[in-house]
Amino acid sequence: MTQRTNRRQFNQAVAGLGAAAALAPFGIVRAQAQKLKVGVLLPRSGVQGFIGQSCQKGADLAPGVIKQMLGVDIELMNADTESSVDTARTRAERLVQEGAHVLVGPFDSGAAAAIAQVAEQRGVPFVINIAAAPQITEQGYKFVFRNFQTGPDIARNGLALIGDLFQATNTAPRTAVFMHVNDTFGQAMLKGISAFMPRMTQLPFKIVDTISYDPAAKDLTVEVSKAKASNADFLLLVCRLNDAIILRREMVKQRWNPMGIISPGSPGMYEEQYYKALGKLSEYSISNVPWYNPNAKLTKIVEKAFLKQNPKDKLVFHGLNAGFTFEAILIAADAFKRARSTDPKTLADAIRQTNITEKMMLGAPIKFNAKGQVEGIGSACVQNLNLTPTVVLPAAAATAKPVFPAPYFKRA
Amino acid sequence: MSWDLVVNVVIAGVLTGLVYGLMALGLSVIFGVVRVVNFAHGEMMTIAMYATVMLFAALKLDPFLAVLPVAAAFFAFGYALQAGLINPFITRPEHSQFMLLLAVAIVMVNALLTVFGPDARNVQVDYQLESFELGPILFDRARVYAAGAAVLATAALFAFFRFSLTGKAIRACADNYLGARVAGLDVKRLYALTFGIGSICVAVAGGAMVLLVDVTPALGPYYTLLAFVIVIVGGLGSMPGALLGGILIGVSEALAGLFIAPSAKSMFSFGLLILVLLLRPQGLLGKRP
Amino acid sequence: MNRRAAALLLALGALLVALPHVAGSYALSVATLILYFAYTGQAWNVMMGFAGQLSLGHSIYVGVGAYAAGALFFHYGIGPWAGLWLAIALSVLIGLVIGFLAFRFGISGVYFALLTIAFAEFTRIGFDHLDWLGGPGGMFLKVAQRDQIDLANFRGPPIMYYYAMLALSAAALALCAWLLRSRAGYYWRAIREDEEAAQALGINTFRWKMLAVTISSAMTAISGVFFAFYYNNLFPEQIFNIGRSIEIILGPVIGGVGTLFGPILGAAVLTLLSDGITEALAAFGWEIPGIKQVLYGLVLLAAIMFMPHGIWPALARRIGVDR
Repeated sequence: MTQRTNRRQFNQAVAGLGAAAALAPFGIVRAQAQKLKVGVLLPRSGVQGFIGQSCQKGADLAPGVIKQMLGVDIELMNADTESSVDTARTRAERLVQEGAHVLVGPFDSGAAAAIAQVAEQRGVPFVINIAAAPQITEQGYKFVFRNFQTGPDIARNGLALIGDLFQATNTAPRTAVFMHVNDTFGQAMLKGISAFMPRMTQLPFKIVDTISYDPAAKDLTVEVSKAKASNADFLLLVCRLNDAIILRREMVKQRWNPMGIISPGSPGMYEEQYYKALGKLSEYSISNVPWYNPNAKLTKIVEKAFLKQNPKDKLVFHGLNAGFTFEAILIAADAFKRARSTDPKTLADAIRQTNITEKMMLGAPIKFNAKGQVEGIGSACVQNLNLTPTVVLPAAAATAKPVFPAPYFKRA
Repeated sequence: MSWDLVVNVVIAGVLTGLVYGLMALGLSVIFGVVRVVNFAHGEMMTIAMYATVMLFAALKLDPFLAVLPVAAAFFAFGYALQAGLINPFITRPEHSQFMLLLAVAIVMVNALLTVFGPDARNVQVDYQLESFELGPILFDRARVYAAGAAVLATAALFAFFRFSLTGKAIRACADNYLGARVAGLDVKRLYALTFGIGSICVAVAGGAMVLLVDVTPALGPYYTLLAFVIVIVGGLGSMPGALLGGILIGVSEALAGLFIAPSAKSMFSFGLLILVLLLRPQGLLGKRP
Repeated sequence: MNRRAAALLLALGALLVALPHVAGSYALSVATLILYFAYTGQAWNVMMGFAGQLSLGHSIYVGVGAYAAGALFFHYGIGPWAGLWLAIALSVLIGLVIGFLAFRFGISGVYFALLTIAFAEFTRIGFDHLDWLGGPGGMFLKVAQRDQIDLANFRGPPIMYYYAMLALSAAALALCAWLLRSRAGYYWRAIREDEEAAQALGINTFRWKMLAVTISSAMTAISGVFFAFYYNNLFPEQIFNIGRSIEIILGPVIGGVGTLFGPILGAAVLTLLSDGITEALAAFGWEIPGIKQVLYGLVLLAAIMFMPHGIWPALARRIGVDR
């Protein structure tokens, strides 16, 4: 310890020079804490701000719920990545420096990759809440864990659910036009869909045209004209939020009424903003996404805590974001409980042994494979009914029956 | 590919282009006179869009009516900005001006984020989702109105500079700074007036844009860049040039989206910009500086 | 350089060399970032500060450099030492094309600045459609063992990256100091102050401006290679972003355009400022998104209004060293 103290004194001297003032305090002493310090990195400002704030709601309720569930204390250390990869990296460094035992976040593949570097270099476990780029768990990291589906998984599950949907509604559309945003996520989905479409013989439809568009597009007139001209039976859509809103409006303006809009797995159409901006037009859109089981016991507990913290809000509008953020923290807390230690290496080993059966999100128990990836996370077919995202498939988790084709459908 | 698809797309491109042109007009007017490039242009328009949305939310004021108070406020705002901040920078080097307006832009974007949060906001008027039908051709109503507003605003501005005394004085100091001073014109005040007038254009553009696009704080930089592309293509400082540039960009993006890849369409705008800069740096309708 | 300046420089150098042994890991990563911006700012300064050509699209050189070295490593396992040369060659080629077109067609000032933005944006969208480089899906480099230094592949712990950046910054400083004293430096400054007059004096302004572009783009390409191997993942949306170009120029502009120490000082001040604001806001419990950048913007505004030539010239006078 003496050496540390010396360093500290030296650092204070350095800080006295002025330049390093903002960097103090340096050397920290990692006391054996009874509390697990969880560094939560989310894009609460910048372009992804709205989703980051949605995720944050899941983090904020975690300490209370987890205390009640597992009896362990956790302390959140919140940091804003500002939707920037650089900031994500330095914020992560900072959290580790300030004594975070585990990192959680950050709803974005780019930021996740940057934080993964830090986690790996510092030897601190990092549990990814949401990020779909498959490469992150393929780069050879030892301290990086992901409790979220990779792009190909989302696509495969999403496509399978489309088959189930057609079966449940006794329909068999022949053609689809595939529109996707051309960004990291959209590309991962495109690859997944191109890979799985030919293998899924149960799907009755063919993709007649693929239209990729700019994620920052403010105007999708041409894209929708093109899609409409394809005369496809339904729209297969991989979107983000704002573009989904623009697209839906443009469809109305151009009087294009296909059998429905189905996302094989993307954000956007179940987000609160989608309903607010579109009102009734938001109805009947379908997203096949990783989702929570509305009937699970843990969901009820989380929902209660959520309503207590956000009396004017509904969990269902933050389902995926808050749910996976909560589960990521739960994974850390569960490992902490078993490890009885905050030592990062012990924690990482404990996370590797995770086996959580009492979970909120759909799918198999949470278990990490050798690469740090959870397999068997389930997706649900979530349809917008009565201005609420409603689980319509799989039947075990459903709270309503699917509606397809949408009532607005007019054959061209 | 059917011809009605092409026609529909081109018409939409023209209409959108006119609105883009209106947005770029303010930038062009300001540069034409003050010779300062307003790097906070898109951010200012975002503020105007928020103002319109707020007026709509509070008073159910149609965006085309809300434009009047917003434009008045923007005139004052632009005047103050030029008189207070930018006038001292007129003789400074370009990178200094750039940094000033960049700082203004950063403050604007993030002040909006702090106040309104990151969510998109919009107005919901009854004509927003309707379109006129002419055989197989569809005209988006909101876009037609917005394009009409763009043409009207440009005509009004053109008349102001051509016929009013103040407008003539402003043109005089754009043409010959020293001469205008010798003739006893208060150049700094005229600059502030110009910036105010440019800001009115921004406000009108914001009011029209709200009908087409949901507003978020992060919109600003995108529109700043777009406005640059348009005014350079049309000719910095030329009013008809801004509209022409807007239409060219609107149509070329539409066609590129139709025939090549929609996600690559803005590449063609930048390609066009590079070509124009090289072959006719003053822009299609600009005067040789 | 007077003796006091030499002593100060020596002290600063010693401090920076010793830093990793006294600072924590967070401070080290911030220091690496500062040096990165100092170096890249220095590179930009050659073009703008010395030769007077305002580039607002320097991200193009960072991006092309990063992707060139990254792609060699990703596809063929070729390490950055070979990739470096490809990165430099490609960046210089692009710089020369832009410079040739701009200078031959007589584009200057604001128009030149906008041309550089246009090229950077054009390239960004282009890279979004290059599947071989991962497109918008990004390129992810394999990460190796974290505590072994593998110089051949530029892999290792943070301290290695820190010293690499320190060496680069020092080299850039020395190079720029030498350039300023060389014939090129005098010609550049003549061009910067009054291009027509320089031409009238018989200076081949085209050639000297092209030289500035060459040096600047080559230096910037190196920072791109560093970026690729430090971050290990590349996305066109991020690396070619106009925001990147702006970040590069903030340091030198705030520190002092055309000065040797301006870019270094500016990078340090801005990075620490950004961090300090976050810190202060957290201390007050004001965690409203956006408020940090508002304050940051206001400080920038104040700096450019009250210190038009940057911090360094004002500071240099105060501590009695020449600029």
